[in-house]
Amino acid sequence: MNRDNDKGKILISRSLFLGSVQLLLLFMLIFRLYYLQVYQADKYRTLADENRISTRLLVPPRGIIYDRHGNMLAENKQNFQVMLVPEQTPNVDKTLSALKKVMPLSADEEKKIRKSLRRNRSFVPVKIKDNLDWEQLTKIMLNMPDLPGISIDEGLSRYYPFDNIFSHVIGYVAAVGEDVDTKKDPLLEVPGFKIGKSGIEKLYENDLRGVAGNQKLEVNAVGRIMKEIESEEGVSGKRVDLSLDLRLQKEAYDLLGDESGAIVMMKVDTGELLSFASAPAFDPNLFGNGLSSIEWKELQDNEKKPLLNKAVSGQYSPGSTFKMIVGLAALKHGVNSKKTKSFCSGKMSLGNHTFHCWKDAGHGYVDMEQALQHSCDIYFYEAAQKLGINKIADMAREFGLGFKTNIGIENEKSGFIPDTDWKMRKFGEPWQQGESIISGIGQGYILTTPVQLATMISRIANGGYEVSPTFTKYDKSKKQELRKIDVSPYGLEIVKKGMYDVINTVGGTAYSARFDFKGQKMAGKTGTTQVRRISMKERQSGVLKQEDLPWKYRNHALFVGYAPHDNPKYGVAVLIEHGKSGTAAAHLGGKILRKALELDATDQPID
Amino acid sequence: MYKTYEEGFRSQKLSFIERFWGISFSYVMFISILAAIGGVMLYSAANGKWYPWAFPQLMRFGLGFCAMMFFAFVDIRIFLRYSYLFYFAVLIMLVIVEVAGYVGMGAQRWINLGFMKLQPSELMKIALVMALARYFNSCTLQRIESIKGLIIPLILVIMPVGLVLTQPDLGTALMLLFTAGAMFFAVGIQLWKFGLVAVGVLTSLPLAWQFLHTYQKNRVLTFLDPERDPLGTGYHIIQSKIALGSGGVFGKGFLNGTQSHLNFLPEKHTDFIFTMLSEEFGMIGAVFVIVINLIIIAYSYVFALRSASYYGKLLAIGLATSYFLYVIINMAMVLGLLPVVGVPLPLISYGGTVVLSVMSSFGIILAINTNRNINIGKD
Repeated sequence: MNRDNDKGKILISRSLFLGSVQLLLLFMLIFRLYYLQVYQADKYRTLADENRISTRLLVPPRGIIYDRHGNMLAENKQNFQVMLVPEQTPNVDKTLSALKKVMPLSADEEKKIRKSLRRNRSFVPVKIKDNLDWEQLTKIMLNMPDLPGISIDEGLSRYYPFDNIFSHVIGYVAAVGEDVDTKKDPLLEVPGFKIGKSGIEKLYENDLRGVAGNQKLEVNAVGRIMKEIESEEGVSGKRVDLSLDLRLQKEAYDLLGDESGAIVMMKVDTGELLSFASAPAFDPNLFGNGLSSIEWKELQDNEKKPLLNKAVSGQYSPGSTFKMIVGLAALKHGVNSKKTKSFCSGKMSLGNHTFHCWKDAGHGYVDMEQALQHSCDIYFYEAAQKLGINKIADMAREFGLGFKTNIGIENEKSGFIPDTDWKMRKFGEPWQQGESIISGIGQGYILTTPVQLATMISRIANGGYEVSPTFTKYDKSKKQELRKIDVSPYGLEIVKKGMYDVINTVGGTAYSARFDFKGQKMAGKTGTTQVRRISMKERQSGVLKQEDLPWKYRNHALFVGYAPHDNPKYGVAVLIEHGKSGTAAAHLGGKILRKALELDATDQPID
Repeated sequence: MYKTYEEGFRSQKLSFIERFWGISFSYVMFISILAAIGGVMLYSAANGKWYPWAFPQLMRFGLGFCAMMFFAFVDIRIFLRYSYLFYFAVLIMLVIVEVAGYVGMGAQRWINLGFMKLQPSELMKIALVMALARYFNSCTLQRIESIKGLIIPLILVIMPVGLVLTQPDLGTALMLLFTAGAMFFAVGIQLWKFGLVAVGVLTSLPLAWQFLHTYQKNRVLTFLDPERDPLGTGYHIIQSKIALGSGGVFGKGFLNGTQSHLNFLPEKHTDFIFTMLSEEFGMIGAVFVIVINLIIIAYSYVFALRSASYYGKLLAIGLATSYFLYVIINMAMVLGLLPVVGVPLPLISYGGTVVLSVMSSFGIILAINTNRNINIGKD
């Protein structure tokens, strides 16, 4: 009995202890709750928000690119896409086959679609096709009732309304490449986002892109969107106004036609580029949507190199268009005066080497103006011989040759102007007099780009001011005083007179290209440069006619000119690869200068 | 009419009215409050719908309530009489489930009764307590304190625990073990024996580790380091803590729990319902639920201690402990204090058998309270 009493007592005391322990443990839960829900609440609130809030970037519309008169050169076009939301259709296969009746899909496309259908969750829209045309769009809209799960999405894609015409200037947009640092702008990480890959699109990328908007969405654990929490609009890309004139660009492009070449026209006082054409070109619209490998190969293998921007990346001997530089140098250094004459017999000798004039019969006695008019080589051989290369090079550089113009188009080449130091550095040999002589007619080591030649002719035309080419529309408020080149007005007058005679006086090399628009004429200089050597043997047996040569052995045709002759406004450089003769280039130059004069009245500068 | 004390407990047979008024209505009220909270949370778990969880669960509670009331009217001596019988009946059910599961090529824990699925392991939580209470009731203290006296209760414990473990249901097995352990402690088994077992368990832990299923090992490892596998097994614990923590003091409001309604929180209607409650009603709601549970357990202890009989006391303590273990394991688990072992929060989590077994326990505890003056011998 006593032990039984103990048994009961032990039970009571132990169960009191047990109960207290249980009580304590329950209180411990409260402390744990306090720790999580009060002490660490902020941390977990953040984590919960990170869980449920998904931020999406809203891609801003890209800035529009305009020409100087407000014509759209690059715009954003509505891009209609067909999407399929698998969970909204009872039978995906049925929907797809119904869709195929309305809009045929290639086996390749279908394979792609099936792949993304398999990969994504059933509420994620899968892109079936984009860039729908109106016919496809209306057909699908009409058949909507039979196409459960199908929806039409609207987006923006870059569109270049003038196809090839501006491709080398405007460039194109394409998917962000792996070379781009995507950390800088979250937009770069948006799938399908496109950035400027060349030309103006690349140059003004930062302005054109705009700033991303933000959309905060509530999503559940599997990523389905439940609702929009907030949305912050982005900033559209800035518009870019270019100095280019759509009409002159079109003209330049039409003039080049099937030729391979470039036309660069600028205003001689401001440097504003009005046309900037390189032919042949490519359709930038194709690049945005991804080029097929066949199309790409075609572009790359074309012997006329449509992908090359010949206006800035093509380097050519300036040929006779260089003669103004030699003339100006000769006048500046007093080796020749206006009246100095050379006798051209068709050739001259130095040591045992003979230098030929392009005209075998020779020009007889010519002064500088006549030498320019007839493009006599002997006159400039002699002038160059007397000057030496360094003085010529200095003058050439003053006129913008041998340097990049830095207009902002990628892959610009600097051309090349040689001098004695360079020769020594490069070859360890002294400069030869013969090399000066051929430099006198723009051959030898000298290389220029068409945009440099346009700069050169503009600087001559504007009276020796150091104008630089630009795509930016001229803004009076930002007017800068241009540096004056150290060249006498008198010297420029002589050279300009010679260039006037080239066009407008009987016997001038481009007399056939002359025009008279309300008394306004052009002045200019042709250039024909050989791309092959004429051997002694060929000279004796008669030089082959250009027409008889294969295309790639024909001469390059060059022309630099300006108009009006008495009050220059427009300077132009024309290059036709293998265009046989500079006269051909002069015809194009004449036509586009005339066009510019015709349009002159419509050109309003911004105040 | 005056009855002597002796007379009082010998010939006591309580009338129906006496039994009715013997019921602690406050106890019943607290239980009902919990069940109501459960209904509310299940309604929220279904995004504000009565189906598929809240309504069926309230129906089950109704059924459980009937069971509770039924048991509340039962004479305590009947419990005593049928303790072993009930125990063996449930043990046989466990064997049946085991065999059926073996035949069915998979883990099976329940017997389909048609209207509900009965988990014998749940019933075992009551049966084991009853059997042990009856056994210890019949022992002298000497026997309890002797080694020999331990053999039968240990067998009573090991048989069901072994069966449940093979199901495999580690959570229930542990609960059975802990409940039995608490009873062993309460009846006065010497502390050194517990120490011995503790040492034995600790030394054999590495061995036991080998017998755990991979998923059980993962649960333990993940508990120790949830970041180990944040998208796999660690996901539950991490998301549960996020839900709890982000609830703050006042919660996000009814039906506004982002973690639960956006499905970041797994098992929100079963094991993790307390997390959802803490997210929507904050620390205030969570503490309220803990306090209600605390009151229910405290009441149970008071009933136990008021009971004149040893059997009644021990039975009530065992059942209260069993309920306490549900609560503490579930909450500690969702609070990241214990590995995820799959123990529901009774009356609040969705699930039928638990309601039935817990409500039956409460019924028995009520009966013990009603019959507190009836003394029973050591038969």
